[in-house]
Amino acid sequence: MKREINIIANVDWLIMVLYGVLVVMGWLNIYASVYDENLNMSIFDLNLNSGKQLLWIGTTIFIFITVMTIDFKFYESFAYLIYGAVVLLLVLVLVFGKEISGAKSWFVIGGVSLQPSEFAKFATALVVAKYMNTPGFRFSKFKNLFILGALVLIPMFLIILQPDAGTTLIFMAFAIVFYREGLSPVVVMIGLALIIIFVLTLMVDKIYIIIAIGVLSALTLVFSEKNIKRISTNILIASLTIGVVFSVDFAVNNILKPHHQRRIKVLINPDIDPLGSGWNVTQSKIAIGSGGIWGKGFLQGTQTKFDFVPEQSTDFIFCTMGEEHGWIGSFVVIVLFALLLIRVINLAERQKSRFSRVYGYSVASILFLHFMINIGMTIGLFPVIGIPLPFFSYGGSSLWSFSILLFILLKLDAHRGQLLQR
Amino acid sequence: MIEGRKIIIQAVIILIASVFLVKLFAIQVMNENYKLAAQHNIVQRITEYPYRGLIFDRNGKYLVVNEPIYDLMIVPMEVNDIDTTSFCEIFNIDKETFIDNYIKAKKYSVIKPSIFLKMISNEEFAASQDRLIEFEGFYIRARSVRNYPHTCLANALGYVGEISKNQLNRDSSKYYQQGDYIGISGIESSYEEALRGERGARYKMVNVRGVEKGDFREGRLDTLSKPGNNLVTTIDLEIQQYAETLLRGKVGSLVAIEPSTGEILAIVSSPSYDPNLLTGREYSRNFAEIQSDTLVPLFNRPIMAMYPPGSMFKTMQALIALQEKVLHPEELIYCDGRLIGDLAPIGTYDLRDAITLSSNNYFYKIFRRIINQRKAESPYIDARIGLENWKRYINAFGVGVQLELDIPNVKSGFIPTVAYYDKIYGENRWKFSNIYSLSIGQGEVLVTPLQMANLAAILANKGYYYQPHVIKEIGEKGQPMDKYLAKQFVGIDSVHFTPVIDGMEAVVRSGSGRRAYISDIEVCGKTSTAENPHGADHSGFMAFAPKDDPQIAIAVYVENAGWGGRAAASTGSLVIEKYLRGNITRPWLEEFVLKGDFLY
Repeated sequence: MKREINIIANVDWLIMVLYGVLVVMGWLNIYASVYDENLNMSIFDLNLNSGKQLLWIGTTIFIFITVMTIDFKFYESFAYLIYGAVVLLLVLVLVFGKEISGAKSWFVIGGVSLQPSEFAKFATALVVAKYMNTPGFRFSKFKNLFILGALVLIPMFLIILQPDAGTTLIFMAFAIVFYREGLSPVVVMIGLALIIIFVLTLMVDKIYIIIAIGVLSALTLVFSEKNIKRISTNILIASLTIGVVFSVDFAVNNILKPHHQRRIKVLINPDIDPLGSGWNVTQSKIAIGSGGIWGKGFLQGTQTKFDFVPEQSTDFIFCTMGEEHGWIGSFVVIVLFALLLIRVINLAERQKSRFSRVYGYSVASILFLHFMINIGMTIGLFPVIGIPLPFFSYGGSSLWSFSILLFILLKLDAHRGQLLQR
Repeated sequence: MIEGRKIIIQAVIILIASVFLVKLFAIQVMNENYKLAAQHNIVQRITEYPYRGLIFDRNGKYLVVNEPIYDLMIVPMEVNDIDTTSFCEIFNIDKETFIDNYIKAKKYSVIKPSIFLKMISNEEFAASQDRLIEFEGFYIRARSVRNYPHTCLANALGYVGEISKNQLNRDSSKYYQQGDYIGISGIESSYEEALRGERGARYKMVNVRGVEKGDFREGRLDTLSKPGNNLVTTIDLEIQQYAETLLRGKVGSLVAIEPSTGEILAIVSSPSYDPNLLTGREYSRNFAEIQSDTLVPLFNRPIMAMYPPGSMFKTMQALIALQEKVLHPEELIYCDGRLIGDLAPIGTYDLRDAITLSSNNYFYKIFRRIINQRKAESPYIDARIGLENWKRYINAFGVGVQLELDIPNVKSGFIPTVAYYDKIYGENRWKFSNIYSLSIGQGEVLVTPLQMANLAAILANKGYYYQPHVIKEIGEKGQPMDKYLAKQFVGIDSVHFTPVIDGMEAVVRSGSGRRAYISDIEVCGKTSTAENPHGADHSGFMAFAPKDDPQIAIAVYVENAGWGGRAAASTGSLVIEKYLRGNITRPWLEEFVLKGDFLY
């Protein structure tokens, strides 16, 4: 009894409020995206996505109670077991899963579908936190680095086999966690540089990039000390970069499947194919752009309702917000997410145990990547990658997974004093 | 140092959020194109076609009405496996047509409706109506087409058809769209703007599959279609029908004008066609058939066919000579028939007798007086001056120039000019002896029947005419155009008309036009037998009646029918009697005309 009161008092209510506001806003937008004036439909209608989502939202209360009731030590103690179970599910789904739009990502049991890759996110977060909390863990130790890498790469590998590139991409979030925990920024910088070169290769003819690299390298040579070591390093870096350019070019044109290639190319120039791959982006931007400053008003949107935007209650839910509530609405959503992310990081930082802190950063990073990629794709800053907007998008598995992810952090945070004593 | 990374990570989050807000501001607030694109996405414009105006005769009888007709529409997406055999049976098409049309429709759009079968008649529609439910994806759309209850006046009314590519390109007002119907000839064409009305439009919202989702902005942008204006013509249906009956089986034309207004009472082109053939589904086939007729029924003879005026021309020559003061009506001129071939006996003629007996030598002489007025030493230059002067008179009569009739393609006829003769003979190398056949309306001169009817009206009015026209009223209180309300004076003093008219009266009472004589109606007429190098002479006649209060002026040409006194005078006289008296007192004459055996 005493412990119960303790929990209520120690839960971070700011996060709970942000969570609640986002979930309710998401629910209203799901209703708006499927609303049809002529059919006089209720938001509670269980045949509609909005009605179903309300059921899922209801279940999160039980998830909250469950997560809060379970002993806080459980998550650290059972991290490997949870991780093992999820990995097993990921293997099983490849065998027994139901193929939906080209990917074997779902178990369908009765009327309920379950997406194990959603749960792989918090399971991996737990196991990474647990492993990094082992005494003597160092990034500089090859063994530690290898095992840590493996823990992240195993679920990534299994998920890409489904194939579900979007969810796989989310595991890149752990790079942020590792950076915070002391991984050399050089590694991060190299990663960033690779991404920039990757994008440039897609946008610009590779001959220009090679010339640019050559000019940069020559300038560095002219203005720096002229000794053998400098010169050879310079030439080595330049040749490596050119090598990367060629391999990216090769990879995009020969390894990626044609529809993936097209998606990436459409990102660079959506007009090349406005009715094919560009359709989603074009329609999504039309829907958001037509909202203006104040939007068309709740249930007054036309683009999302009349199905011009695909997946309008799941991956493209932000379009409904942008169309019906305009820039002001978009502003509110983005600010709410930014506040939530910053708050989660502050929570992570105040943890005294490395386990909790790493877990907290994992939560922040995973949510951040979802937020960045999802909204980025609806406004044409990212390629179309099918991942949900946390708390907003329709879907039980994703709502559950994000809720569990966040609630575990709240539970750990509520007990941060006790964890310190250990 | 590692703790500082928290700040970096949070800064990155704020940076990304800011980038999103800026980008969103750019597309939502700074860029109007997305709003336009959104509207373009959902708004579908549906055209409401107006009813075309109706056309009445001068007594309020229907000449042109609208008749419902149906298009069979198809939405290929909704078509489920249907029984094509029974479908083809019901709509009376073969399987190839079905497949062709289906493929065509599918190519146009899978989700948008397009025409599968054009113009199904009322009867076919009634027969297929009950069974249409069996064929998902097929709908009926009602339209209207023209219908001509009396099947007369075909060439004057013209017809309506789908707008051609050329017309579309030339349409500077940008009113028309592909597939629109437009008046192609006749009144339908010249009064197109009054008849067509105004298209309306409804704006519907549609979803991505083209399914209607309600009115756009509650229908505030919708406009109603406005039906076209009805037209009241000057045509007297009864006279028109009677005249057409008389000319049936002959090649020729008849124009009757009310002299006091210039209103055309009847305008006949023979042979004609049933205008109903050029509406509906069989349009193209019927059109080809009508067009391939060697007697060219689509050729609007009263305004397009050009004939020598023959003796009718003599009335104008006389008036010009009187106005030019080179002739006194009582002057006796001896004519021995040596100057030019003549059927009139040798003797002395005053003007009246010359008209009555149609003396060619008399008119040879007075035409010479008109041309050679000794205004120059050289007979060549004198002829130039004379011809120039003469032509001005002729043109004032509406001959050699285009009359402003409100039916398209009015021909001006032909009056040779100084330049024309210069070209043939060389400058100053021709004189009166080269052009004398003009004196009796032969040679190069050509006129249309409309111009001769107008000449009869000028004679009836003693010196002026109104531009002939076929439309009296446009819309509810519409007036004809201003140009039809202005008197056109021909520049001949009215006193000069008396002897000419007296001569014309005698033509009918005792001269070549005796067949046109009607007891107790004083008809003034002039026959003409126009020489035709290609075959038998054309029979011509013009007249007006009654003499003292002219109500009708008429001109008739019957091709290859010989003497003007026979075919043309008989026909003209019957039409005059029908109009003035309402019934025919000379059944034997009517029988003679209907039989059409004019040459022997």
